[in-house]
Amino acid sequence: MSDQKLTIGEKLSPGPGVRSLVITGARIVASAPSVATATETADARVADVVIVDGVVTDLTASEAPSDAQVIDADGLILLPGFVDLHTHLREPGREDAETICSGSRAAAVGGYTAILAMANTTPVTDTAEAAERILDLGRACGLVDVQPIGAVTHDLAGGTLAELGLMHRSRARVNVFSDDGRCVADARVMRRALEYIRSFGGVVSQHSQDPALAGPNACCHEGELSGRLGLPGWPAVAESVIIARDVQLARHTGSRVHVAHVSTAEGVDVIRWAKAQGIAVTAEVTPHHLALTTERLAAYDPVFKVNPPLRPIEDVQAVRSALADGTIDAVATDHAPHARHDKEHAFEDAAFGMLGLETALSVVASVMVEGGLFGWSDLARVMSSAPAGIAGLADHGRPIVPGEPANLVLVDPAAAITVDRSSSQSLSRNNPWHGEQFRAAVHTTILRGRVTAAEGAPAAC
Amino acid sequence: MSDSTASATATMPRHLLSIADLDADLIRTLLDTATQMQDVQRREVKKIPTLRGRTVINLFFEDSTRTRSSFEIAGKWMSADTINITGKGSSTSKGESLRDTVMTIDAMGVDALVMRHSASGAAHQVAGWVDAHVINAGDGTHEHPTQALLDAYTMEQRIGGLAGKHVVIVGDLTHSRVFRSNVLSLRMLGADVTVVAPVTLMPSGIRAWSEADGFALSNDLDPILTGDRGVDALMMLRVQKERMSGGYFPTAREYTVGYGLTRPRLQRLVADHPDVVICHPGPMNRGLEISADAADAAQSLILDQVAAGVAVRMSVLYHLLAGAKGGAA
Repeated sequence: MSDQKLTIGEKLSPGPGVRSLVITGARIVASAPSVATATETADARVADVVIVDGVVTDLTASEAPSDAQVIDADGLILLPGFVDLHTHLREPGREDAETICSGSRAAAVGGYTAILAMANTTPVTDTAEAAERILDLGRACGLVDVQPIGAVTHDLAGGTLAELGLMHRSRARVNVFSDDGRCVADARVMRRALEYIRSFGGVVSQHSQDPALAGPNACCHEGELSGRLGLPGWPAVAESVIIARDVQLARHTGSRVHVAHVSTAEGVDVIRWAKAQGIAVTAEVTPHHLALTTERLAAYDPVFKVNPPLRPIEDVQAVRSALADGTIDAVATDHAPHARHDKEHAFEDAAFGMLGLETALSVVASVMVEGGLFGWSDLARVMSSAPAGIAGLADHGRPIVPGEPANLVLVDPAAAITVDRSSSQSLSRNNPWHGEQFRAAVHTTILRGRVTAAEGAPAAC
Repeated sequence: MSDSTASATATMPRHLLSIADLDADLIRTLLDTATQMQDVQRREVKKIPTLRGRTVINLFFEDSTRTRSSFEIAGKWMSADTINITGKGSSTSKGESLRDTVMTIDAMGVDALVMRHSASGAAHQVAGWVDAHVINAGDGTHEHPTQALLDAYTMEQRIGGLAGKHVVIVGDLTHSRVFRSNVLSLRMLGADVTVVAPVTLMPSGIRAWSEADGFALSNDLDPILTGDRGVDALMMLRVQKERMSGGYFPTAREYTVGYGLTRPRLQRLVADHPDVVICHPGPMNRGLEISADAADAAQSLILDQVAAGVAVRMSVLYHLLAGAKGGAA
């Protein structure tokens, strides 16, 4: 085992001779099995982790190969690598806003080892060929496992089904389908999609928003502030009615529904009820819906224009509680990069979305762990094992024990960072967290034994 | 009528984006100056040198006749170089960004941008980008501050100070920037305000808003018009017929019966309150929200509002552009 500590350069190149890595002194956190019950003392132990050829081989440093590179993880927390169910990579079509490579770099810096790439690119990911191309571009970059999401309907138009089965049978093994950005509003189409994908265990990730209730110009949570600001409103009920319909369709079809970016207390209530009935429904929440409220829109800054919109504090508290009690299964970023000029329109005309990959851990740790709502093992569940399970990614979100793939993230719980949008790996700058301070930050990300990012810098891809 | 001590110490904001940028003293200052400006309006030679050498751009992304011409005349009478730029609002992300459009104009070295846009908050955003003073001439369904100032000015000319007066605003509140600006200015000036509309034309969350800002709500017009509180001023808002297709109300007839200032309603109102005044920001839908009898009644201030528009906008241009440098009208 080499005494020499890793320098960035060494970390970043796998190097022909470097086949093993040892992480010393980390507090190892396993995903809590379900709901927040484990205590910090029970769910963590300090140990060393030896990684050889991409696999965890031992939990004692003395067993490491002599040439293993060392990461001194004293004071750091080791978690399974994060899995993002909801990333917009913009390639193909808008490579000025993000590419699969730039998004992969941002993901690696954010502690992610797998991301699911949303289908709303140009062209849309609605064929096996399109899905395989995204898979291949992700592999060529190699910093994170890029798993394509397939469209539910052809060209996201909400009409005819996309080639769901061919996408699933392709090399990309597409398992998650979504028309995200658009709701599958037609109940008949939604029913058929659910029935069709049941045979291979697929899941529809639904953007739950009734377009008849949230008009084409809606851009602000409907409430007192939208009334004062004169912004077309977006009622909470537009979300909950679709969730209510979809969980009934899930029950009827025996298929799985995943609710993307839940943002309202009403939506949470429906999901909680459906889970109590044993309906196969899962749900995600974004870091921004856990932390930011409608008031951010008061100055009409389009950086805070996002779909679904930022909600009032009552909804924020409801999604926090739901994440803690397991009603909401996972955190997903809805990382949505946009070129500057697409955000520099009047608020109603500007593009929807905000960045999220690089800041997710810091935000979730701040709100949920430092906020006392749950522990690190729960964070590991909602950011890693639960989303990996929903997406069917067998190599991610695994326990940190010998024999498991070394997809890992080291978190510094006391890093004390200030977010600077200009230092982002994303090609875009629509970062709602610019200037915000956080205690916890991602330290090092490891994908199959290779360091893909360290202290904010990604490896070459 | 003015509290000159308070006016002297109040500071005009750099931009006029919202009535919320002002306070009661600043509104008083603007209205007092408008009185002086109205003297200019009555002169044979309507020209003062106050803004000579200043450039005012009227940047209208949305159609307007009275507001744009009112600002143009105001600027010209004060010897500013005024230029009108009109264009369709950039409603898609494909065109030039709003920022690029206004930065291009700002780079020419203009002093003021008088801006109208179909999107709420547009003037607010532009004020953060440009060096020029920005005057909001209407942003979507958000605000139209100079309209509220001219409304206050016109009403005061006829019925005196607004403190303690009861002003009733009726119509499509949801889509009205006139309502949003007026409810702020009228409350600052001490008026009691009641707003009346069917529930579907009331902005979401208006109950909490009305409680916070101290104005009353009603879905029923007649009890307000005949109530013990009396009515000093009635402000009818334009109702766009296309709202029917949005399901906001069933038919024009039903709206008129419920909320229009019809001839019988006018007669009863004038009988009860002979000194009542009637305002409408225009353009009117005669026969929908206001009957021809009401629009042309002796109690109607509608043309006075238009006349006051020029004087009030002269006052705003003066205080934003010349005021800081100590110029005099």
